[in-house]
Amino acid sequence: MSQFAINLLFVGASFALYIGIAVWARAGSTKEFYVAGGGVHPITNGMATAADWMSAASFISMAGLIAAGGYTASTFLMGWTGGYVILAMLLAPYLRKFGKFTVPDFIGDRFYSRTARVIAVICLIVASVTYVIGQMTGAGVAFSRFLEVPSSMGIWIAAAIVFLYAVFGGMKGITYTQVAQYVVLIIAYTIPAVFIAMQLTGNPIPMFGMFSTHTESGVPLLQKLNEVVVALGFQSYTGDNGGKLNMFLLTLSLMIGTAGLPHVIIRFFTVPKVADARWSAGWALVFIALLYLTAPAVASMARLNLMTTIYPEMTGQVENYEAAAANPIRYEDRPDWIRSWEDTGLITFTDHNNDGRIQFYNDANPDFAATESERGWAGNELVVNNDIMVLANPEIANLPAWVIGLIAAGGIAAALSTAAGLLLAISSAISHDLIKKTINPNITEKGEMQAARISMAGAILLATYLGLNPPGFAAQTVALAFGIAAATLFPVLMMGIFSTRMNSTGAICGMLAGLITTLLYLFTYLGWFFIPGTNMLANTPENWLFGISPLGFGPIGALANFVVAFAVSRATAPPPMEIQELVESVRYPKGAGMAVSH
Amino acid sequence: MADDKSNAAAYWRANLRLIIGCMIVWAFVSYGCAILLRPLLAGIPVGGTDLGFWFAQQGSILTFIGLIFFYAWRMNRIDRQFGLGE
Repeated sequence: MSQFAINLLFVGASFALYIGIAVWARAGSTKEFYVAGGGVHPITNGMATAADWMSAASFISMAGLIAAGGYTASTFLMGWTGGYVILAMLLAPYLRKFGKFTVPDFIGDRFYSRTARVIAVICLIVASVTYVIGQMTGAGVAFSRFLEVPSSMGIWIAAAIVFLYAVFGGMKGITYTQVAQYVVLIIAYTIPAVFIAMQLTGNPIPMFGMFSTHTESGVPLLQKLNEVVVALGFQSYTGDNGGKLNMFLLTLSLMIGTAGLPHVIIRFFTVPKVADARWSAGWALVFIALLYLTAPAVASMARLNLMTTIYPEMTGQVENYEAAAANPIRYEDRPDWIRSWEDTGLITFTDHNNDGRIQFYNDANPDFAATESERGWAGNELVVNNDIMVLANPEIANLPAWVIGLIAAGGIAAALSTAAGLLLAISSAISHDLIKKTINPNITEKGEMQAARISMAGAILLATYLGLNPPGFAAQTVALAFGIAAATLFPVLMMGIFSTRMNSTGAICGMLAGLITTLLYLFTYLGWFFIPGTNMLANTPENWLFGISPLGFGPIGALANFVVAFAVSRATAPPPMEIQELVESVRYPKGAGMAVSH
Repeated sequence: MADDKSNAAAYWRANLRLIIGCMIVWAFVSYGCAILLRPLLAGIPVGGTDLGFWFAQQGSILTFIGLIFFYAWRMNRIDRQFGLGE
């Protein structure tokens, strides 16, 4: 069977499974559509949350980011997991006790204000729509690479599949497909990692293999990797290369951004009890960690494999790195996987010094310039896209063709599960918060269901359109989504629970302060509305205010939100008695089962 | 009613104490051991590198999992103790 047929079989089988679930889990009521009936087991919800959370970026790109960044890229590992501690202790249980359907629902009721609700809806839509663009393009890329269809066709296929289970099943359909998608993606991620860990270290568990001895050279794997990359002018992999302030802020930004992302929060509305919301956050992190603990191992091992493929003499015990560096492989002797990925443009080779060999090194390092000219090198000749570290993993390790089919199904599962979760957050904010709670409060249950399905279909069309015509700022979407979640939604949710004194004026001013400072900072360095060339200052560390990178600005925006909200609320009247009682009531689990849904 | 109120207030204080304790550990392993205090841990070798690197790439994630389960377990006991569980 050809590789194409195998990929088609794996992806087709996974789609058949998702559609089967869609038929089985149709939503009959708004409660089923918005929160899957509220009866999802905490472990099931944990698994669905993990799939919801781990996007195409986690599955395909994260290991590549770590492989390239080494220690500094640990911010992604800590930032995208540490948020669950905040969720479990500061948000999820109380929002579950509140017992409503959406995030703006809490903000609107707690701050007894339509304005607050509408601002929350806008923040939610901006954060979720920008986030969903990346998922649609990710699915398109996965389709075009593995199934040889054009990327645009891939996006349409992805949209059609999500349409089937999200429009008919709502949260119920999404929850159970996400469970299936989690299983597909974790198997697809783990199998190649286990084989590579076995080959390099003899230890079948990647997270342990990473800290074991590299079999061929007899030195610890990470030490070996450091020696190899430093000999080629790269920064030491495990080295502490400064920039602690931004490492700190970026980690914090990703953590509070994670906790404030609506599509993650609403998953905790689906469990039966307050205690279940706490357990469920723990299970979600366990399932996420299965991938996040494997990712750094994949990163270090794939990087070492890549280096020793180009410099075979560096594989075993090396007495003299200078001599080993002098003999990279000849371009014509390159392995098949490099040939096949050259076709996709993710690996490119240019023979700068015309010696027929592949010189792969860091030509941007000024300290390495002397060595460079001594060796007669005229520039780095191999450009490798970070995504290769996961996508080409099975081929680098010579694994059978079905593993590649599995990676294809896994990448698509990761993109679809996250897209569906985001689309539900968007459509429920429109049908519930805008239509039912703001425009037409008299709408019937049946009418609201219909509105929910139509908004879901509309959101899918919008996401498809944006996936096909990604706006110029597509690459900045992570900064935007996390910045908004961290600076706007997270602080008001937290103050709504932990401060009985916080009133509507304070919350509205706080949200606007967080939103405006964050957007201004992003626009200053990344361009007004992310239009290239309109930025007022170049996006370089020398220009950054106090050296804070735009990506790490979330915590500063959140601080602005907290300070403004606090000051304004003290200067204005306290919230009405019944609101203060509402805040008291969300703090105690007792009575959550009785909380009326509407 | 007054008893209910003071009982509820005591419950909330117990919850806040637990949260603060857990958040200190949360910040210590990630922002402390993995980032700011890494130079202090440089002398402790772990598989070819040092303890700070291990905390940055694995240790903090494992601690986070432990913290959430610890919090959920303790809060269940506190819920029952104050009679405010479901």
